[in-house]
Amino acid sequence: MTYETRLTADERAELRAIAAEIVPASDEYGVPGADDPAIQADLLATLGRDTALVREALGQLRTLAGGSFGALPPDRREVVAGALRATGGKAVATLSRVVLQCYYRDDRVLHSLGLEARAPFPMGNVLPDGDWSLLDPVRARPPFWRRTD
Amino acid sequence: MNDPVDVLIVGAGASGAAVAWSLAETRMRIVCLEQGGWMNPAEYPSAGRDWEARAYGDFSPSPNVRGRREDYPVNDDNSPIKVLNFNAVGGSTVMYTAHFPRLHPSDFRVRTLDGVAEDWPIDYATLEPFFALNDRMMGVSGLAGDPATPPHEPPMPPLPMGKSGALFGKALNSLGWHWWPSDTTVATTDYEGRARCINLGHCTPACAQGAKASTDITYWPAARRAGVEVRTHCRVREITTNEHGMAAGAVYYDADGVEQFQAAHVVVVACNGVGTPRLLLNSASGRFPNGLANSSGLVGKNLMFHPYAQVYGYLPEETDSHRAPPTCLWSHEFYETDRTRGFVRGYIFQFGRGVGPVVEAVTSEAKGILPWGREHHAKFRRLSGHRMSMAAICEDLPEEHNRVTLDPVLKDSHGIPAPRIDYTLGENSRRMLAHGEARAREILAAAGATDICVNSPIPMGGWHLLGTARMGTDPERSVVNEWGRAHDVKNLFIVDGSVFVTSGGVNPTSTIQAIALYVADQMKQRLATLFD
Repeated sequence: MTYETRLTADERAELRAIAAEIVPASDEYGVPGADDPAIQADLLATLGRDTALVREALGQLRTLAGGSFGALPPDRREVVAGALRATGGKAVATLSRVVLQCYYRDDRVLHSLGLEARAPFPMGNVLPDGDWSLLDPVRARPPFWRRTD
Repeated sequence: MNDPVDVLIVGAGASGAAVAWSLAETRMRIVCLEQGGWMNPAEYPSAGRDWEARAYGDFSPSPNVRGRREDYPVNDDNSPIKVLNFNAVGGSTVMYTAHFPRLHPSDFRVRTLDGVAEDWPIDYATLEPFFALNDRMMGVSGLAGDPATPPHEPPMPPLPMGKSGALFGKALNSLGWHWWPSDTTVATTDYEGRARCINLGHCTPACAQGAKASTDITYWPAARRAGVEVRTHCRVREITTNEHGMAAGAVYYDADGVEQFQAAHVVVVACNGVGTPRLLLNSASGRFPNGLANSSGLVGKNLMFHPYAQVYGYLPEETDSHRAPPTCLWSHEFYETDRTRGFVRGYIFQFGRGVGPVVEAVTSEAKGILPWGREHHAKFRRLSGHRMSMAAICEDLPEEHNRVTLDPVLKDSHGIPAPRIDYTLGENSRRMLAHGEARAREILAAAGATDICVNSPIPMGGWHLLGTARMGTDPERSVVNEWGRAHDVKNLFIVDGSVFVTSGGVNPTSTIQAIALYVADQMKQRLATLFD
């Protein structure tokens, strides 16, 4: 399957601007915003099959903004972003997802959450065995599956 | 022209693999045609940094989203529950959660016990030795002694309870409700050449470690060593019949897209509850104008999913989250019929452990509990790693209007008509979903969870495809007989979830495979009189 995977320069700028509204940078948590260049590069490189819906969402954004979303003053951007989110639909959901799925695999973001920045395989994880004595009340129950004989 | 074979199996998934392995000991020449290929675990999502994102793309459970060359499209627009599957050697066992309960004895007697649907022509006792054999072949972990199920001995110890299991256990104990570590096909010890689970935590979209049993790494290696041939990237268009009304073989497109014919003395269909009726309906002919083996008119009808009521919330404590297999515990507290609940039959709860950061962000944003803007970070830190999740897996009663037909327009990449799904939730299922949601809320309340979210039914929840070529002794009310042979075509067998008479309220793979082994055993016992 082939997809049109390139956004125009204007669309990329709008994507960067709305990404910053979805997840802004935070000094408190020491994390970049979703408009961070590395996150944006990951987003554009992996947009793939989602390109058409993201383009559609950016078109909706331009309509709501009455022009360039990125050119709006900050307080107006927040209002328009809220309106876009309230619009809902598959395109807006896809836009939100692609931003979040790239943001929450960024090394800096994962480290800030106390998570390791790696694939699950091959290291895996350690799982505590748990307290099996919790099962004692259930063990004490008589069989209760329904007999048919 | 391919040389004729003794047995032609269509589909290399859960049931096709089991029947192939069992029949291999006969030394008959057996060929399996599979539209997918062999999977490469190095390319599984859990081996890459984009492990979560791929669930929204090339490793989506939906063939319509995934769109791999091995997939066929499904028109499920007219169903609130979308069809999920995976097409490869191993079939949907490559992409399942490995939750492995069995149907209960009562599931085979629903008409007698509860006055609904129909009884099965076989019972739990008939399948019991095949359940046990399948547990050994797939490698099941679990804990003996569950008072909710007939006695059985899983060959491996259960998965660790972890933080999530303990949190659920305390909550369920406070309510006095049943819970137990789930039977799973996740290896908790090294087992028959498979490495033990190391908690990749991303079991459903295939296990890079190989700890989760999928039939490409369980049944198929053994079947191939015994001489069974698997032909991959071969998509079957139709089963043809001869002048005697017997199956003659199958027309298929090979890996190069070239039309081929494979003659066979016996044809076994193992394509799941959507793929099997699709193939039978696409095999209509002058002798079988309504589709092959369809004199009853029931091919494609009585489609059953398991409607899922998923309910989750967030605890102050950390859960296991994405750092452990999603399978954890089950509860059969509400499985058997209690008419005071307002419905018949029942459901199990499947308790999970949580999700990774991407899925947490995406699903919470979609639910409206994770804001955009300045408040995003603080809220995400309260959600991530704190999710407590469960799903009620509800029995779906058979209704003829829930069905698989051929779409008049939609076709796959080979031009073969695609399946169309028409499905509505029955009133009994709606009441059961509501009951499951209410009980789940009680469990979450007992655990102290907040920010409760509900998906009922889960739209992307059509994992279990059942009932569309059901078994029975009456040729007018069933498609195959009590040992899997088509009433109308005496050398045609069906071994997948299509043959289920009722759905039960548990994940069906264990029972599907037990039935496949049982049918193979019946065939072996009757070889001299198989077509009588």
